[in-house]
Amino acid sequence: MKRINFILITCLFTVISCNNDNDDQSERTNITLNFNHNWDETPFTNANFNTIQYTNANGEEMSITKLRYLISNVTLTKPNGETIVLDGYNLVDVTNNTDLSFTPITAIPLGVYSSLSFTFGFNNDANYNNNYTDLNSVSWNVPEALGGGYHYMQLEGKFIDNTSTETGYAYHTIRAVNNSGAIQVFQDTFFEVNLGEVTVSNNSTFDIEINIAEWFKNPNTWDLNTLNNMLMPNFDAQIMMFENGQNTFNLKPIQ
Amino acid sequence: MKTWNTYIYILFIFTCISCSNEKIETYVSKPSLLQIPKLFEDNILAPVIPNNNLQTIEGISLGKKLFFDPILSANNTQACADCHALENAFTDTDRFSDGINGAFGKRNSMPLFNLAWNYDEKFFWDGRSFSLEHQAFLPVTDPNEMGSTWIQVEEKLQQHPEYPELFQQAFGTSTIDSTLVTKAIAQFERTLISSNSKFDKYLLGETSLTAEELNGFNIFMDETRGDCFHCHGSDKNPLWTDNIFHNNGLDTVITDLGLGAITGDPADNGKFKSPSLRNLAFTAPYMHDGRFKTLNDVINHYSEGLKNSTTIDPLMKKVAQGGVHLTPQDKADLKAFLLTLSDYEFINNLNFIKP
Ligand code: HEC
Ligand code: HEC
Repeated sequence: MKRINFILITCLFTVISCNNDNDDQSERTNITLNFNHNWDETPFTNANFNTIQYTNANGEEMSITKLRYLISNVTLTKPNGETIVLDGYNLVDVTNNTDLSFTPITAIPLGVYSSLSFTFGFNNDANYNNNYTDLNSVSWNVPEALGGGYHYMQLEGKFIDNTSTETGYAYHTIRAVNNSGAIQVFQDTFFEVNLGEVTVSNNSTFDIEINIAEWFKNPNTWDLNTLNNMLMPNFDAQIMMFENGQNTFNLKPIQ
Repeated sequence: MKTWNTYIYILFIFTCISCSNEKIETYVSKPSLLQIPKLFEDNILAPVIPNNNLQTIEGISLGKKLFFDPILSANNTQACADCHALENAFTDTDRFSDGINGAFGKRNSMPLFNLAWNYDEKFFWDGRSFSLEHQAFLPVTDPNEMGSTWIQVEEKLQQHPEYPELFQQAFGTSTIDSTLVTKAIAQFERTLISSNSKFDKYLLGETSLTAEELNGFNIFMDETRGDCFHCHGSDKNPLWTDNIFHNNGLDTVITDLGLGAITGDPADNGKFKSPSLRNLAFTAPYMHDGRFKTLNDVINHYSEGLKNSTTIDPLMKKVAQGGVHLTPQDKADLKAFLLTLSDYEFINNLNFIKP
């Protein structure tokens, strides 16, 4: 009988200790990020794929046939500057309409935060010091000759070129690398998307708007006639993509 | 204390009995876990094994027997293995395979290996069958293949001197039906794992590659030359396919709609599943219609033979010039690399020969 009592007590203890971790008085919740897409304010989903129906800033008519991109490092900053980095990363796959919504597993205290941010792509530590089986399985890698690691975005489609021919483009973003010299020169192209101040209540959901047209617009007016393919090893193109990416993400104001 | 013990003991026995009640005097099949190769374990997600068809020693061995047995065809002349032969990495050498009536289908037979890692579970060139179990239903009744009916096949198997007992051992019932036949075949197919090519051994540090083979790999991975890795795997994806559907520029006018005929979406016309590039040394001819007899033909296609159409994949570049025009040396090296993906241990694996 004593034995059984002992077992019971152990069990009880285990149950209690499980709850212990989260027991810092404040209530916690998971947050969800929703990724919504538009082309200059016209809503965009994979139902709008494949048809040449968009005009980019440079005037080319174009379509989208594939779109997926990686976000990581979702971070909440408290007013006192303390940060909470949520575990995980998410490959938003617009082509297959999957993972357009991301709920990191880390629960965070309710309250007001001075900023909600995430990284577009991977920072260098995440990019090079891990082997992600899920990303390898969907062929998301960058060749070793370009430094290895992972793609940040794959945006593909067709455009009407200046000979009126329908031509493919593959706008793939990776960490910029210049292979032309004796040694490889890298430049970071992941960037922080800062969505500003947020209030986190129970199961808060944040709607993020991505304007795809921005990738072709600002500050670099993108000319698909010259830059449509083989962009991964093109250092200058990667820097321009990085610059154009800065204005694509916005937090939709809560109505 | 004693009463507690007895009580628990009785409860335990009772639970055990009630679990195994139905099979009380039957043979219990023994689980057989798939042997996952190291490069797969390290780099990609776990294989797909349905909960309602776990691998067992008896199930696999029954599946193998069925796979090699012409009893599945209407006139007992054709087995799965006739169009899916081990020495060809489980495809055949014909452009189109002839069925029992001598009629030809319009597609090239497909090699069978690493099928459990097709995560989307879309099978056939056009992805029209979901899951290996479902796929195995189809050849038996396909008039261009085994031309039988399931009622007929079930009856023949039921009357057979050995099969009822083998089904009893594998599934705990000697009543044979098409579902159990396809489950057994799928179990066998999942064991067809190819992971011992020269390139695998190179990645594992067990062998080295020639300068030509290494250069070929670099071409494969180079967006300005081969750019094959976006669709056909890489050193980080040992499947050597994305198992996704693309139009790789074979035709200007598309006659076989491929995926488009299945989805009904014209944007899918001319799209076919990227095949794995493992075992190309054994799987000629190539493409969904077997149009290319040699790897040289394939490489020439990608290098200068691309044909434009509305659904051609955007990754096919310089289409107006037919492709990127690889140098003769680059072509030879690319071919040398592709051949390092062939797995001679696979086609000589004694576990896969006719029982
Ligand atoms: C007459 C020749 C023939 C016979 C017999 C035959 N097959 Fe096939 N098999 C083919 C052809 C041709 C294809 C491709 C057809 C297509 O995509 O339309 C194929 C495709 C497949 C695939 C799809 C592989 C993939 O990666 O998508 C599997 C699995 C398969 N067969 C298994 C079997 C099994 C199991 C049997 C016996 C029950 C069998 N086949 C009998 C010719 C045959
Ligand atoms: C856009 C994706 C894509 C790219 C990039 C690509 N392929 Fe393919 N490949 C395919 C598809 C899809 C097929 C099947 C097409 C069909 O049969 O209609 C295929 C078929 C093949 C086959 C025939 C295999 C067989 O078993 O029939 C070989 C060999 C091959 N590709 C090699 C290459 C090489 C080498 C490269 C780089 C020069 C390359 N591919 C680039 C998608 C691609």
